[in-house]
Amino acid sequence: MTATPTATGPQAAGKRRTHPKLTLGALRFIGLRFGRMVLVFVMATLLVFSLASLVPGDPAIALAGEDADPATVALIRSELGLDRPWAVQYLSWLGGLLTGDLGDSLIYRAPVTELIADRFPASLSIAVSAMILAVVGGVLVGMLAAAFRGRIADRVTTVLSTLGIVTPNFWVGMILILLFSFAIPLFPAVGYTDFTDDPVDWLAHIILPAIALALAVGAELQRQTRSSVSDILTQDYIRTARAQGLSRGRVLWTRALKNGSMPVVTVIGYQMAGLLGGSVVVEKVFNIPGLGTLAIDSVVAKDLPVLQGIVLVTTVIVIIVNFLTDVLYTVLNPKVRVS
Amino acid sequence: MTQTVPAPAGATTLPVAPPKRVGFLRRLAQQKLAIAGLITLAVVVLVALFGSLISPYNPDVTSLGAVLLPPGSPGYLLGTDELGRDLLSRLISGTQVSLVAALQGTSLTVAIGVTLGLAAGFFRGWVEKVIMFVTDVLMSFPGILLAIAIAGILGPSLNNAMIALGIVLAPGAIRLVRGSVLGVREETYVEAARSIGTPSGQILVRHILPNVVPPLIVYIAILAGQVMLIEAGLSFIGVGVQPPQASWGAMLSSSFAYIDRAPWLAVFPGLMIAISVFALNLLGDGIRDSIGKKVTR
Repeated sequence: MTATPTATGPQAAGKRRTHPKLTLGALRFIGLRFGRMVLVFVMATLLVFSLASLVPGDPAIALAGEDADPATVALIRSELGLDRPWAVQYLSWLGGLLTGDLGDSLIYRAPVTELIADRFPASLSIAVSAMILAVVGGVLVGMLAAAFRGRIADRVTTVLSTLGIVTPNFWVGMILILLFSFAIPLFPAVGYTDFTDDPVDWLAHIILPAIALALAVGAELQRQTRSSVSDILTQDYIRTARAQGLSRGRVLWTRALKNGSMPVVTVIGYQMAGLLGGSVVVEKVFNIPGLGTLAIDSVVAKDLPVLQGIVLVTTVIVIIVNFLTDVLYTVLNPKVRVS
Repeated sequence: MTQTVPAPAGATTLPVAPPKRVGFLRRLAQQKLAIAGLITLAVVVLVALFGSLISPYNPDVTSLGAVLLPPGSPGYLLGTDELGRDLLSRLISGTQVSLVAALQGTSLTVAIGVTLGLAAGFFRGWVEKVIMFVTDVLMSFPGILLAIAIAGILGPSLNNAMIALGIVLAPGAIRLVRGSVLGVREETYVEAARSIGTPSGQILVRHILPNVVPPLIVYIAILAGQVMLIEAGLSFIGVGVQPPQASWGAMLSSSFAYIDRAPWLAVFPGLMIAISVFALNLLGDGIRDSIGKKVTR
């Protein structure tokens, strides 16, 4: 069935299936966002570097321990460059950073970049799996709730999403271990296997942590989708599409999802920050050798360079994801694209 | 000159009723879920305040003859932990610690949020640009990780964890307050106050702050739940509450080693967290609906 002249707006855009074309204005917008991303990055480096100044008293003594001999303290002071002016320390650290040098761990005696690279795959596996679960689950359940608004499906899914928001993710992890590792031994309780070593075992190890981590983000996305798709479903062009004979499901998939997913895309960037942060505690529950457990170990051992490195790397990931989300939004949303 | 339009035949003139001013409390009282949340929270607060009076045992006293007893054991309603301490007594004591933590973290976040949000929204210009830029930057950090880093560097303790939380959660509060201020600063009555030379401080306190309070109250309820969740996480990994003090998160941490043998140790503190946060969310939603002009049932 073809669109009638009454089918205007997003529906018409959906019908024409135009290829996204970026206008000069949109490119300028992306350029501005890129400039802002660089500024945010520089400021973030400044904040991460300033973490060292939070160490109570003399950082070198605090890191070496109260009983350390003066030689060790002097060595740490020199290793961290604490004997140089603050601005010089920062610029030197930033210079290293731009060449991929985040300094050396005080405990492992290895480059921080190497340690992070070793632990990164485990964290990335969980974070990406959790994000996929959260987006697919959150959007689908959100659409279901919107389609059956006010009915039993809506109420049940809304209660479930509220439970997802109010339950600590690490506790969900513990309960999942109790249920699916001890009561019904389906998945391993702890540990991690590299994808390259054994993909099946890798999957078995990341399923429970990914679910624990995805729950809160998925619940948030469910709420967002429910609200935005509900708004879309009350629009005139949806009524027109239904009047033209399109089935409820088809309208939902071809019209409401496309236009209702816009606000969802924008929150994914911020959810990424929550996800990376949340993974720290979840990794601890499942004893996964990722960035989270490395961060906790470095807090306990007062390994400042490693801690700074992890905070910076995860923040840079969030900054990049936020930028990419902005670009995606610009490309997807005709209103932004042509303005 | 005005023109009168004759009323259509048969139309009756209905007296226009004045808008029914239903008080905020009355509207809140009509919301069953919010009331359920409020009652739950009241019970939790009472337990925190008078817990020591109803606590069956001293929460820190160990009894090696009664280790890991399951719930329902004689004398131990919820069982005992790995050191033979009564779980119910520790849950009650943990209620106080968790609530104090939530209060500390929430107060600090709100204090930072209101101060900087008001400044950004009211003064605009470079003040706003700087504050909002730093806010954007802070929002790029994975919150819990930054809190762990700050609390870990300052030294593991509940106070330091709450300072870390205040810094990490403040951007949300700043944005909210700034948004509310921007919504009212161009109102005619604010302009009028400015035009007659009312000092900025007085305009802020008398005209702008009252408009910021309603959305802030809703936010505080949701925020307190967030603080509770993050405090539990920080205590779980050891940078929050320190033993032998018990918060619900710290209890979950010590229970984890015995999860296969004594799952009840992990279940009850987690339930307490979920129930409290749920109650705060219900209350927050209820307050929001009661403040809004739309919901006057």
